[in-house]
Amino acid sequence: MAQAAAVAKQPAPPRRRRGSATPRRLPYLLIAPAALLMLGFIAYPVISVFYYSLQHYNPTKPWRNGFAGFDNFVFAFTKDPQFWDTLVFSAKWVVVEVGLQLLFGLALALIVNQSFVGRALSRAMVFSPWAVSGVLTSAIWVLLYNSQTGITRYLADLGIGEYGTSWLSDTSTVFPAAVVADLWRGVPFFAILILADLQSVSKDLYEAAEVDGASRIRQFIHITLPHLKDAIILSTLLRAVWEFNNVDLLYTLTGGGPAGATTTLPLYIANTSVDAHNFGYASALTTVAFVILLFCSIVYLRLSKFGGEDK
Amino acid sequence: MITKDAEISDAPVAPAPEAEEPPRRPKKRQRAWDEVPRWQIYLPLSIYLLFTIVPFYWILLFALRPAGSTSLVPWPITFDHFEKVWTERAFGTYFQNSVLVGVATLFMTTIVALAGGYALARFNFRIKRAFMLALLCSQFVPGALLLVPLFQIFAELRMINSLGSVIIAETVFQLPLSMILISGFIRNVPYSLEEAAWVDGCNRFSGFRVVVLPLLRPGLIAVGSFAFVHSWNHFLFALMFLSNQDKQTIPVGLNTLLSADSVDLGALAAGGIIAAVPVVIVFAFIQKWLITGFSAGAVKG
Repeated sequence: MAQAAAVAKQPAPPRRRRGSATPRRLPYLLIAPAALLMLGFIAYPVISVFYYSLQHYNPTKPWRNGFAGFDNFVFAFTKDPQFWDTLVFSAKWVVVEVGLQLLFGLALALIVNQSFVGRALSRAMVFSPWAVSGVLTSAIWVLLYNSQTGITRYLADLGIGEYGTSWLSDTSTVFPAAVVADLWRGVPFFAILILADLQSVSKDLYEAAEVDGASRIRQFIHITLPHLKDAIILSTLLRAVWEFNNVDLLYTLTGGGPAGATTTLPLYIANTSVDAHNFGYASALTTVAFVILLFCSIVYLRLSKFGGEDK
Repeated sequence: MITKDAEISDAPVAPAPEAEEPPRRPKKRQRAWDEVPRWQIYLPLSIYLLFTIVPFYWILLFALRPAGSTSLVPWPITFDHFEKVWTERAFGTYFQNSVLVGVATLFMTTIVALAGGYALARFNFRIKRAFMLALLCSQFVPGALLLVPLFQIFAELRMINSLGSVIIAETVFQLPLSMILISGFIRNVPYSLEEAAWVDGCNRFSGFRVVVLPLLRPGLIAVGSFAFVHSWNHFLFALMFLSNQDKQTIPVGLNTLLSADSVDLGALAAGGIIAAVPVVIVFAFIQKWLITGFSAGAVKG
């Protein structure tokens, strides 16, 4: 019965019907605006990046411009230590950020999914940094980390740490400081998505498990986690791509410094193209970043067997 | 509801085959969800709330207390920083520009994605699979890394220094996900409703408007506010494509304050509050739709 109803609810998209006047062109007309915008402002730029990656192209040094073959790529992989440094830092940044965001986001979602007094207000408050921009996050944490009037001053008043500590200008503390700032904004994303998915876990399962005497931890491992699996895989993947590509926060918080300690690959690419005007080389680096992202995503989806069981 | 019925009808049957079970059952009847000890909820939650709220309080503190004060309570309250940022630092102009970009992006994204999403949900056509694949792949294309070619395109279209360039760029990068989400929402509306409307004399468009559109409201609100918040917050496109000061947006203004040699902390904090207000309002407004909007069709796709 239930199945029949579900089938009736979602019929396969029908072909032309007699009653309704539906010209065959209609679906194409409907997707045309989106398709044209994406062709012009995503596909074409991507192709031009691939093209320029094979060129020497630098408007400030026009005498060198011309076909480069794989020179740019060879240079990146063999002669540019900064490329490797920034690539390794990007990987570290993405893994730490996504891992911690998932962990805290999951815990937070499980907590605010319980029923308790003040739930609506707590939800609204813990989710709110989600809507805050990268630049604003930087502004807030620059105020907090400020060596003169920031939180360290008041901690020092309490006898914790020293006066005048600036976490953002010390190479040994800048990484955790930046991670915490980005966590503040990133955890709510996971919490919101996971909470949405938690709503759809059938309560029957928990009651059945309860009857069988399963502990809450076992219920979590055998019911909650498998149910959340696809949502977790998808959200971690999207978030990883996003964290890799996102330059707003680090650009404004640390500017990639001190001494290049927090320069990610995209930040390095932006500097190469915008400041150094070396478009050809920047395009080659972009191509490399794109290929790495695509490759990692495919491997990740394969390894995690996304959508495996129920289809 | 169904759950409880099932259990009640279950209870009298179960004791018959297994004799040991009944004594345990009545106790278990209290729902598992409510058994979590309160401190396990309130302790971690208050720690996390502290982590969330202290930064917000900090920026409010800097925005409201006089320059040079080190008090932890913003008293006496002053609005000098706001006045200064709004007029001297041109945040009034930035604010207007940001609103314009945000609202235009909201409408463009929603309308274009609605048309495309409807086609994806209701038709089979030849390039549908390829189109879906393109939508998914575009999620991996980093907008930040396409700055240079995008700049060249807008330069050729003579749109550098016009808000139109930013509106188009923001819309384009919002489209794929919005379209996937909206097509999911439309699939959740039974097709038979639309067919019934046609029988009653509606054509495709009026049937869609009368039957489907009202049911899409929560989804459209979610997608539209994402588009608004995203374009309000995003700063790279505006930074690159707009160089005239009277065309810049709030995040660019904040970045200017941040990258100054000696940062005016009070002005920075006040500017940050101005940047946050519209987003907080939108957020408060959509909060109740956010969770349902997501679980309705988002992940199912």
